[in-house]
Amino acid sequence: MSAPAATLSRRPPHRALKKLIVTEAKCAWRAPVGLALGVLVPVIILVILGSADGLRKTIPGSNPPVTYMTTYVPVLIGLVLVMIALVSLPIVLVNQREHAFLRRLSTTPVAPRWLLAAQVVVNFALAVVAMILIIAGATLFYHVSAPAQLGGFVLSALLATAALFAIGLFVAAVAANGVVAAVLGTLFLYPMIFFAGLWVPRQSMSVTMRHISDYTPLGAGVHAMLSSMQGSFPPVQPLLVMAAWAVVFGLAAVKLFRWE
Amino acid sequence: MALLTGVHELDVDKDWQLKGGVMAPVIHTHESREVASRSLAHPVIEVSGLRKSYGSTAAVKDVSLEVEDGEIFGILGPNGAGKTTTVECISGLRTPDGGTISVLGLDPQRDRDALRERVGVQLQEGTLRPQLTVAETVNLFASFYPRPADTGELIEMLGLGPKRNAYYRRLSGGQKQRLSIALALVGNPQIAILDELTTGLDPQARRETWRLIEAVRDRGVTILLVTHFMDEAERLCNRVAVIDSGRVVALDTPVGLAEREGGGNHMRFRPSKPFDDRVLAGLAEVDRVEHEGPRVAVSGTGELFNAVIRALNAVGVEALEVQLESATLEDAFLRLVQPSWKGREEVTTS
Repeated sequence: MSAPAATLSRRPPHRALKKLIVTEAKCAWRAPVGLALGVLVPVIILVILGSADGLRKTIPGSNPPVTYMTTYVPVLIGLVLVMIALVSLPIVLVNQREHAFLRRLSTTPVAPRWLLAAQVVVNFALAVVAMILIIAGATLFYHVSAPAQLGGFVLSALLATAALFAIGLFVAAVAANGVVAAVLGTLFLYPMIFFAGLWVPRQSMSVTMRHISDYTPLGAGVHAMLSSMQGSFPPVQPLLVMAAWAVVFGLAAVKLFRWE
Repeated sequence: MALLTGVHELDVDKDWQLKGGVMAPVIHTHESREVASRSLAHPVIEVSGLRKSYGSTAAVKDVSLEVEDGEIFGILGPNGAGKTTTVECISGLRTPDGGTISVLGLDPQRDRDALRERVGVQLQEGTLRPQLTVAETVNLFASFYPRPADTGELIEMLGLGPKRNAYYRRLSGGQKQRLSIALALVGNPQIAILDELTTGLDPQARRETWRLIEAVRDRGVTILLVTHFMDEAERLCNRVAVIDSGRVVALDTPVGLAEREGGGNHMRFRPSKPFDDRVLAGLAEVDRVEHEGPRVAVSGTGELFNAVIRALNAVGVEALEVQLESATLEDAFLRLVQPSWKGREEVTTS
């Protein structure tokens, strides 16, 4: 039997990707892990920190002068990123693989990587919303001045997002199940957020610690974002560090991703 | 023996090809099925010498089979026989180590995308997104196909209308299974591959699912069904292939298999008066005559019952308290399939 294969369309309809993204957004709304951890938690911490009078003071010797609160804004953005990229994204993806949903998709004209793309889009959108809430909240209510070097700030935030999403996808790629994904994600999460300065601000770290921090994606990210907030374009080194994390882990994730 | 191969007229066939593989809403009646002759059939799935190993374990050693247009073809076998691997190779989910597969004239590996538009698959395992409703899930999958079925109609056809806004996690096992079948059909496929269709369903849900599958077949969809249930294969399948340890050990209609491989028919009766065993032993249909007290047990093949009654009548003997037992597909299966835990010679059939 000769099939008129050549006349058939080869690609799934364009509406498939749109539909997948809308559907994943619905799922993210109905099972709001990313929403709770990646948006709500950082915003609550912002409110708590913002209510502390001591943090409104200018850091002695800072040049140009910044308040303690200002230094926390990039750290909170780092918190948004670890929660969304290292918790929400890998756990949902690994669950979909564990429940053979990725495999189910691969029996249709849609490749399972489309679901991956839809997940990245939805989580990226969540991260952007959370970052905007943090910046807007900090500037409107807690006397933090808006990033003076906006272009540099956006570039730094995007590179940090790329680095963290690459690590999250790497976790999703290698984790055999949801539990492993949670453990691996957490293993990355705490050092990342520590070196970003959630507990000890980078300014207060010892020289050695700060050197280590400079080479972690969020340490570099906080460094780059803070310089943009203070009005200068971020130095090249933190930008390169973030780009390197993004490329290395992104390639590893692509190479190692298991679909079933 | 019933001739059960589903074949439709040639003009219908032409219609399908012209439409570029879109499922035409052809109604097959059982009458046309019986009138159709086997020689008109053409295979939509051809598998020849299929081999597939996982590491050092050979899951499929040598499988060859052809599925004809419009039939329900069953793949029957014990757990671990290689049934699922076979259909996974056919649906392009796995790359065979050897042999050839042609589905609707397409190579499942080379023509993956074209194949996926025309073959619907229901997997043995797996769950769908618990946060989505029935309608949302069906609509999502419909968006994947160039010419999807009407999702509202499909949901109604599968009896999920009252559940269209229910979340997946709230569905019963039978409802989940029907949703899974809906997804296999939503792309308007020419072939539906259904793996372990009714495993885990209660008897009522199983019968409903069977009726549904027959309705789908009657709409012109060829169905490849993987099962380990004999009653399911007997009820649904036009033909079955029995797979054991990675090989096809028999391929026939369920009735043909039962007759040929099932160990024949059996009858027991109490004769109205003694008679010479040679009256029956001489018949072509009879293999064995045994006495069990006042009763006589006769085993044989074909029209055993009529032959025995006629021969007894000829010598003036009446058969009283007659019990009949025909070989079933299950008898055939048990004789064909080597149990993994003991030797074949120990298998007894009723």
